[in-house]
This record gives sequence, C-alpha cells and structure tokens, in this order.
Amino acid sequence: MNKLTVMFRNTLVAGFMSALTCFSGSVNAEGETIKVGVLHSLSGTMAISETTLKDTMLMLIDEQNKKGGLLGKKLEAVVVDPASNWPLFAEKTRELISKDKVAAIFGCWTSVSRKSVLPVIEELNGLLFYPVQYEGEESSKNVFYTGAAPNQQAIPAVDYLMNDLKTKRWVLAGTDYVYPRTTNKILEAYLLSKGVAKKDIMINYTPFGHSDWQSIVADIKKFGSAGKKTAVVSTINGDANIPFYKELGNQGVSAEQIPVIAFSVGEEELSGMDTKPLVGHLAAWNYFMSVDSTKNATFIKQWQEYIKNPKRVTNDPMEAHYIGFNMWVKAVEKTGSTDPAKVQAAIIGIEFPNLTGGMAKMLPNHHISKPVLIGEIQDNGQFLTVWQTNKVVDGDAWSDFLPESKAIIADWTAPINCGNYNTKTKKCAGQNYK
Amino acid sequence: MKPIFFRHYVCLMAIGLLLLPGLVLSDENLSQDTLTAAMSKLNAAYMTERSAAIEQLAAAQEPRAIVILQALLEGHLFNLIAENKLVIGAEIEAGYKLSDAKNGQDLGIVAREATQKINLNNALRVSLRKTLGRLELNASEVKVRIHAVQAIAKDIDPEGLVLLHAQLSTEKDRSVQDEIKLVLGLEQLNSTDKPQRLAALALLKDHASPAVVNRLNALQEKDATGQFVETDADVRNSAKTALININSKLRVYAAIETVFFGLSLGAVLVLAAIGLAITFGVMGVINMAHGELMMLGAYTTYVMQQLLPDYLGLALLLSIPAAFMISALVGILIERGIIRFLYGRPLETLLATFGVSLVLQQTVRSIFSPLNRSVASPEWMSGAWQINDFLALTWNRFYILVFCLLVFTLLLQILKRTRLGLEVRAVAQNRNMAKAMGIPTARVDALTFGLGSGIAGVAGVALSQITNVGPNLGQAYIVDSFMVVVFGGVGNLWGTLLAGFSLGIANKLLEPLAGAVLAKILVLVFIILFIQKRPRGLFPQKGRAVEG
Repeated sequence: MNKLTVMFRNTLVAGFMSALTCFSGSVNAEGETIKVGVLHSLSGTMAISETTLKDTMLMLIDEQNKKGGLLGKKLEAVVVDPASNWPLFAEKTRELISKDKVAAIFGCWTSVSRKSVLPVIEELNGLLFYPVQYEGEESSKNVFYTGAAPNQQAIPAVDYLMNDLKTKRWVLAGTDYVYPRTTNKILEAYLLSKGVAKKDIMINYTPFGHSDWQSIVADIKKFGSAGKKTAVVSTINGDANIPFYKELGNQGVSAEQIPVIAFSVGEEELSGMDTKPLVGHLAAWNYFMSVDSTKNATFIKQWQEYIKNPKRVTNDPMEAHYIGFNMWVKAVEKTGSTDPAKVQAAIIGIEFPNLTGGMAKMLPNHHISKPVLIGEIQDNGQFLTVWQTNKVVDGDAWSDFLPESKAIIADWTAPINCGNYNTKTKKCAGQNYK
Repeated sequence: MKPIFFRHYVCLMAIGLLLLPGLVLSDENLSQDTLTAAMSKLNAAYMTERSAAIEQLAAAQEPRAIVILQALLEGHLFNLIAENKLVIGAEIEAGYKLSDAKNGQDLGIVAREATQKINLNNALRVSLRKTLGRLELNASEVKVRIHAVQAIAKDIDPEGLVLLHAQLSTEKDRSVQDEIKLVLGLEQLNSTDKPQRLAALALLKDHASPAVVNRLNALQEKDATGQFVETDADVRNSAKTALININSKLRVYAAIETVFFGLSLGAVLVLAAIGLAITFGVMGVINMAHGELMMLGAYTTYVMQQLLPDYLGLALLLSIPAAFMISALVGILIERGIIRFLYGRPLETLLATFGVSLVLQQTVRSIFSPLNRSVASPEWMSGAWQINDFLALTWNRFYILVFCLLVFTLLLQILKRTRLGLEVRAVAQNRNMAKAMGIPTARVDALTFGLGSGIAGVAGVALSQITNVGPNLGQAYIVDSFMVVVFGGVGNLWGTLLAGFSLGIANKLLEPLAGAVLAKILVLVFIILFIQKRPRGLFPQKGRAVEG
C-alpha cells in the first residue's frame, strides 16, 4: 500500500518534471559542445542524496570549461530529473543518449535505478559512471563503477571489527532491498569462513524508511549482552538511520559497548542529524572530508565556493564522481574522441589521484582502486580516521566469498572481453545478470 | 610549522620528566609539572600519546587531574589554538566559556573557531572510563562511588579486583558494599572452593543483572560431547534454581517492555491519525496533504530551535502552539482555496490535495534544501528511565505517549464542550439541517479543517523528536494515518485511539516473531480481512478504488 502510493506520487511528479525538462532540453548553447548527461533524482525520496551529486557534476563541468573545455570544445551539462522513479531512469537514459546525444552519463544512486538503466545503456552503447558503493556481482561493458565494491568497504570493515575490536558476535542489520541483502549474504559467508558460529550472527531486515526501532534495538541489546563483544554492521539506508541511532542513544547502547559500523552514513547524512548520541560509532568509506591533504582541502574549498555555503560538507560519492569525471576527461583526451566505444577501450588503465592520497586506477573489470578508511563519528559531524589500508585496494566485481561467483571474473580487455567470465569452464555468460 | 616543533619539544620534556619518577612523586612542585607535561601530551596529534597522557594524569595524584579527565570524557576539553593551551569549555550561545584546565581560572568567552576539541576514539574512551572509575573510588559521595564500582566491573581485570577488595575492607556505606560484593561474587564463582561458590550463588540469585544471567547460563552449558562443562552437580543445580527464578522475572519484564513499545508506536500512529480523524472522519474530506501538514509542524520545531539555540526545551514547548497556528493557517488556506469547491466530489478532492502535498514538499525543498534538518532533543527527552537492569523505558517515547493522550483529551473536550464542537458535530450529522438552524456552515468547515490541520502540525512537533525532519516526512505517515482512521471507524475519535494502540501493540507482538517487514504485511493483511468482514463505517468504496 505504502509502495503503491509512493509509486503513484512518483509517476505524477515524473510527468510534471518531464514536461519541464522538455522545455529546458531545447535551449542549446551556440557553437558545438560536448554534452554530458547528469542523471540524478532532484525530486522524490532520493533527492536528499542525489541533488548534491548533480551540483558536484555541474561544478566539475564548470571547472573543466574554465580550463578550456575538452578537445577544444566546451562541455555542456544536460540535467534530467528521474524523480526517484526507477523505470523513469531507463526512459531518461534513452532520452539522453538518443535525443540529446550525450557523450557520457554520470548518475544513479540506488542499485535498483542502475539495474533499470542497464539494458538501455547496453542497447544504445552509452557510458554510465556510477558513483555509489554497491553490492557488486555485476560488470557491464557500458558502466564504470567508481564507488566501492564489497571488498573495498564491507570486507575491510568486518576485518577491522574482528581484528582490532575483537568482535565475536555480529548483527547484520539492513534495509530490505538488493544492496543490503547481497552485501549481507557476502558478509555472512565471509564470517562463517572465518569460523564465526551461526548462532553468533543475527540478521535483521527492516522496510524502507523504518522509523520505529524500539524492539529491534532492544533485541540487539539483548543479543549483545551475552558477554561476548558484539558489533552491528549496518546497511540501513539513509533515511531510516536517524531514528535508528536516536533509539540506540536513548536505550543507552553506546559505541563502546556495541559499535555500529555503517556503509551508508556519510558526512551529508550526519549534517541532518543530532550527532551527540552517535559519537564513536563507525563508518567505512573510501573518502572522509576530514582527511588532511592539500588536494582534499582544495576540493572542499572549491565546492563550498561553488555552492556558496561555507558549511556545506563533501562526501564519498562526490569524490567518486570527481575521480570518474576526471578519468573520463583523460580518456577522451587520450583517444581524441568522445565516441563511447573508443573511450571504453582508452579508459582502462587510466590513473587519477584520489583526494585522500594514492592513485585511483581504472581496472579491466570497470571498477577502480581505492584506499579504505574507517572513521569514528565525532560530535561535529565529521569522521576521525581510526584505521586505513596502507595501499589502495582493487575493486572486485564478483565476490570471492559467494560460492556461485567465486570462479567468475570480469575483464573488458582482449582476449576475454567479458563481464561475467567463468575461469573454470572458460565461458562467458554474456550480459546475463541474475 | 612552529607549533608542531614546540609540541615535539614539550613532548620530549614530558618523556624526560617521566624518566625521573622518584622526583616526580616526592615533590609537590614536580607533581604540578607532571600535570603540565601530561596536559601538553594530551594536546598531541596522536592517539597513542593521548593514551599515555591519560595514564600519567591518573597517576599524578592530583585532584585537578580528575576534573581534566572528566572534561575530556565528556568532550569539554579544548585546545585554545592561539595560546596552545588546554582549556575546559562550556558551550554558550556566543561560543565557549573557558576556564584554564590546569587551575580552573576563568578565561572568558571565545568563538568556537578559536578552539580545537581534544578528540577521543572508542578505545581511549573505554580506558578513560576505567581510569576514572578507579580514581572515583575514593570520592566522598556514595553515588559516585557506586558509579565507580560499576565502571570497574564493566571490564574487570586482576588490578580492578585488588582495588575492589581493598575498598571493601575500608568501605563504610552499605549500598557500596553490596555493589562490590556482587562484583566479587561473580569472581568467587571461579574459585575452587565449593562452599565459597555456593555462597556466591546464594548472593547472586537475588541480584539479577545481565552479567549474572550470563554467568549462570554458562554454568548450564554442555560441551560438544554432551557433558556438562561444570562438573559439580550441586553448583549446577543451585545455579539452575536461581536461573528459573530470574527467568520468570525476565519474562514479566519482557511483556511490560513489549506493551510499552506497542503503546508508544500506537501513540505515534494516533497522533498522526487524529487530525485526519477530524478532516476525514468528521468532514469526509480525503486530505492527501495531511502528511505535509505534519511536516510543516516538524519544520516549525526546527526553525524554533534555530531561533532559540540555547533553550532546546523551551523551543520545543513553544513549537507546539506555533506549529498548531502555522499548520492550521495553511489548512484553512487549503480549505478556502481548493477544497470548498470540491465538496461532495471525493475523487477530485483526493487528486487536488495530492497536488497540494507535492507543492508543499517542493516548497520546503526549495526553502530548506532537500537535505534533512537536524532537530536536537532536549536533555530531559534523551536517555531512558532505568527501572532495573533489564527494564528501561525511553524518555522520548514516554513523553510522546503522554503528549498523545493529552492532545486526545483536549480534542475530545473541544468537540464535546465548546460551541465550535457543537457546530462541527451538527454540520457533520446533517449539513442542511444545521444550515437551516442558522449555523454558518462555510465558516465551520474552514475552522474544522483548520483544527484537524493544526493537530497534524502538533503531531509533527512530536515526530521531529523521533524521526527525520525532511521534505519526505509526511509521505511516511499518510498511509498509516488513513489505515488507523479507517480501522477505527470513520467519524469516531475513540475508535482512532483504540485502533492506533491496538495496531501498535499487534505490530510489536509480531515483530520479534516475524521480523519488521513481515509484521507490517501481516498487520495490513489483517486490516484487509477486517474490512471484508466489517465494511460499514470503514474506508468508502470510492476511496478504495482509487487506492487500489
């Protein structure tokens, strides 16, 4: 019922917004430009996260134009609003490629929106840069995954809890959709392989936007009072986090007793929360705003000036877009063309420095290498890095901890040229995703 | 660069001082120096140095050290950047009110940017709590000493045991003695002397705490071959009877807890639905913008808190009338501007108010940005009412429950005893007849809608304390609100109250058994079946056709 109303609403919003974009689409700048598609929801439930990424892209494009554009042409952003409506993401993609003839698309946040874009972008042979951490088990010829794969976020986080905090009991709590389900499946397999008993793992799913956490937090508290160090690995989606942490705080579950490590809570989400009850809880990302580096400081300054708000924060998916965009620029410069087929070949192996130090490199499986950072939440809404990998970690498209994807690799270079290649049977399953 | 060199220099000095322990302990002046040295170390960039500094401070035998450590743990210890000096800051509107960490001297007020907080991580916080526990064991207040014993017991080690033994022999106060005995009793269970173990069990069985339950459970465990880990049958049986005793108590606590959870979820549902019970139940208007009126209430709370950043509690209380006024005003505008042209056409009303809800959402998005806004909870609304080790009721939920009942009673009185209430009921029962009696129905319609909307705004204030304040706040509650009103019987306030509470409790009973997702589905299925059985007075046919 809830879902229906939301969908109903979304369709209405979508209809309205697409009417608007029809007008804006026809206004073209003079002279020849290279068009870049920005596919982020500006209305509906996901607007909360995606609007920032739209602004980030506009800033990056603006910045590139100040440097003289690309291949002697100016870049032009084509912004569309898929209104948090998954089928509309596919429609908008088609519109961007067929009608607006964009050279590349930067967009999507939720996995379900990416899955909905996938068939279209493959059919029309476009380019999509996807900036958010996700569950893996995918590698498309036309998609570049600049966010973290599970082995660049979830697995190191669990390692940290296991080795540094000596955690013995595990609560895997998530929102009920594809990213948490797959991530938790991988994590459970990983924990079992490390000798954790099944009775020491508690898995819990909640609906989107869940706001009444009383009994679940009480359960976690009970589960954690068995005398063994307990930690919560949270794949709870953005909006449900605030009531969750509030309830933790009110029921007196402190980070010292039962730390919660989150994969979807970043600086931006924290800026909308009362951070006092959260201090000491953890998050695993590949970028923190608090990382002290010259590059990062420049980026933050640029962003705050662009958005005209000296208090605005930066976050991990923003860095992913920053890297992805610059890699695309480098690849276009290298091949001298914006033709997606040529860029696809040229971008593999391209390197661009991370904001937090180290080099990001586009790998043959269309993922990038990233450092992994674990931070504790401070009461100013920033993270204090408590652990980090000493070098960058290569993104792995197909998890090695799931029996069904153990033998599968993705390699978009000759001779394999496949996103779903079985190293045992030596066969490519094509673009056949479950 | 310069401060860093300076810092290293001071650190070197600190290490140098550490190498002279004899001198440090013997001389009053030098003890002061340890304090200074440890303090500058606390200011260092690395957590390892901070950890060493904490130990040093703890060993300094200075009363001031406790004050500093306490401030550090509570996050009140800062570095005054300009002077590179440790200060204790109390938050006020203009910035921080500072006092020198070393001697408590008042240093006046500085801006927030002039200070840098001394950070802690979890590991340090744990060790700090333990250290403070040990230091506080000598405090003169009984409460502080009990707290200290509990802090030590949390993570017991041989050193802590020695301290507790020593304290027990000198301790005069009964309650502190009991607390220590309990901790030591748990430890005695590990001894090899049987009478001592049985005595410990006898002591523990009346002091149920999670630690005791865990320990008793461990005594019942079997190993892989099916043999009891605990070989002594007497100890085992004695532990078993104690456990049975404790477990029956625990079941009662669990039941109380579930009922409380259910009632508090119900209270939220009732608050969200009660305004709708007026507009939909009494007036028959399907108002899809009801959720957005709640959102406006929540944003009013946010604005109020921005206006009065230092008086969170007062801001919250003032938000209640303010939110009522704002939402009621918007409600009346909606009624006068749109709904009054659509009376008797529920389908069009539904679509029109739905459009209004989108407009309101996007307006808020444009004014406040699509990001969530942070609304803080005042001190008296955070934390829990700890009844015993196993039962704690959270304050925010408790207040919302009370608040819900207050709003309900007030509304009931308005409808029953005021002239407006009389007119509202008259118009609801027979519009034409009421008109004939000289009741200005148009005005009554506007006021009724305003009342329902105002209550939605008040509900928004309550919601701001438990959930996100963002443009989507209303969406999450609109379906639940309709569900409650329909389930309770349209047009009946008592029905709404009963429906909200019973749905809340049903949800909380099902949740542990079926999981949150399935519990929600089961409740919905139940309502569908219920409507099949008793369609009268429930959601009208037309409305449902639209929903489906």
